[in-house]
Amino acid sequence: MRFVDEFRDSEKARALAAKIAGLCEPGRQYKLMEVCGGHTHTIYKHGLEDYLPEQITLVHGPGCPVCVIPMGRVDDAMALAAGPDVIMTSFGDMMRVPGSNGSFFDAKARGTDIRMVYSPLDSLKVARQNPDKRVVFMAIGFETTAPSTAMTMLRAAAEGLTNFSIFCNHVTIVPAIKAILDSPDLRLDGFIGPGHVSTVIGCRPYEFIAADYGKPVVVAGFEPLDILQSIYMLMLQLSQGRSVVENQYSRVVPWDGNVVALRAIGQTMELRPYFEWRGLGFISHSALKVSADFAAFDAELLFDVPGVRVADPKACQCGEVLKGVLKPWECKVFGTACTPETPIGTCMVSPEGACAAYYNYGRLTRTRVSEASRT
Amino acid sequence: MCLGIPGEVIEFLPDQPDLARVDVSGVRRVINIGLLSDEPPVPGDWVLIHVGFALSKIDEEEAASALAFLEGIGQAYEDELTALAESRIE
Repeated sequence: MRFVDEFRDSEKARALAAKIAGLCEPGRQYKLMEVCGGHTHTIYKHGLEDYLPEQITLVHGPGCPVCVIPMGRVDDAMALAAGPDVIMTSFGDMMRVPGSNGSFFDAKARGTDIRMVYSPLDSLKVARQNPDKRVVFMAIGFETTAPSTAMTMLRAAAEGLTNFSIFCNHVTIVPAIKAILDSPDLRLDGFIGPGHVSTVIGCRPYEFIAADYGKPVVVAGFEPLDILQSIYMLMLQLSQGRSVVENQYSRVVPWDGNVVALRAIGQTMELRPYFEWRGLGFISHSALKVSADFAAFDAELLFDVPGVRVADPKACQCGEVLKGVLKPWECKVFGTACTPETPIGTCMVSPEGACAAYYNYGRLTRTRVSEASRT
Repeated sequence: MCLGIPGEVIEFLPDQPDLARVDVSGVRRVINIGLLSDEPPVPGDWVLIHVGFALSKIDEEEAASALAFLEGIGQAYEDELTALAESRIE
């Protein structure tokens, strides 16, 4: 395990932590969920939980795009990739995600033409250079990456490309948050809202969390001080009995999001009636598919996709970790059978996954956190 | 993939108004700026880049702190930069 670095503003962090501690009601336990995997990474990397009073527990949410892909979709992608004349293209993050017959990397080693790309636009280039092949882009991610896929489809349509398609696995964050709010397993007090997703969707989509569920939401930046500042803002609201959406990351996130990006998504994609999330099960209207107008680019229509549902490996408890019910180290295979080198579950694959973040920067807070989680 | 990386806009590509050359930690690559068409950047502006697309304009101070954060996270950022270096958007 690596040592956790002291970050440059640790004095400021201590001052903020003291203000946060001053807002805790005696005897009350607080559970705050950071939705985004990038925040989870910062929290573990800098050991932010150690700055917080014991009454506050940070619960890690489902905002890791690679983590929530169900095994069945990985298998579907493998089946697509194995088709005649197909070149599958994928972000690097996706390459190690295990399906029931190994990962993209394993399939590539067995001779399947799977290529890593940085951008869907690189995938488009592969299509231009290989007119006799059928190039599929494995599209994954929340609203942060969906606009890129949308813009790429618009570009492909403008160029009249006929050998390029999208295997669309884009998911939307708000229905997942709602599913967690409706889950009986977990009582949360507030949310550290995702940063980059909010650059696209803005802050309004979270208003129901404050209005209907009475939980404060603070959209946060990615630096340690951003997260501590957001926790302070949440605690201030809780101490005053308020619940509204606030934007700590206004230097990057506009309140109304990126209208051009939302328009591009609206032009090329539509909501699925339901979609399976790893660990969270089927969630209504929680994912995007290629819209009817762009059917010519929809790999699900162009290819025979098996669409078989595959249960997660029994030993893996990613579902509970994604819902925040279990801490990574409470999973039976954490750090033993399941490591970043040989991941069983998705949460160990992505650097944004809670398990990988905890594994890489493991903190000596287990006892304290398990005590706090008991309530 | 999920990381937003700051880059400085260097120049626009002739004949391709949607594309710009940016500098990311010394790596110069082409990205798409179509998502900023409501408020197009100019050379010298900083943008936050996701998978080859500029998603938002940021100021230089934010770019510096985002960069410091990314350099701190190590491997994931190195992987992203390696992927970017291999990218040839046109």
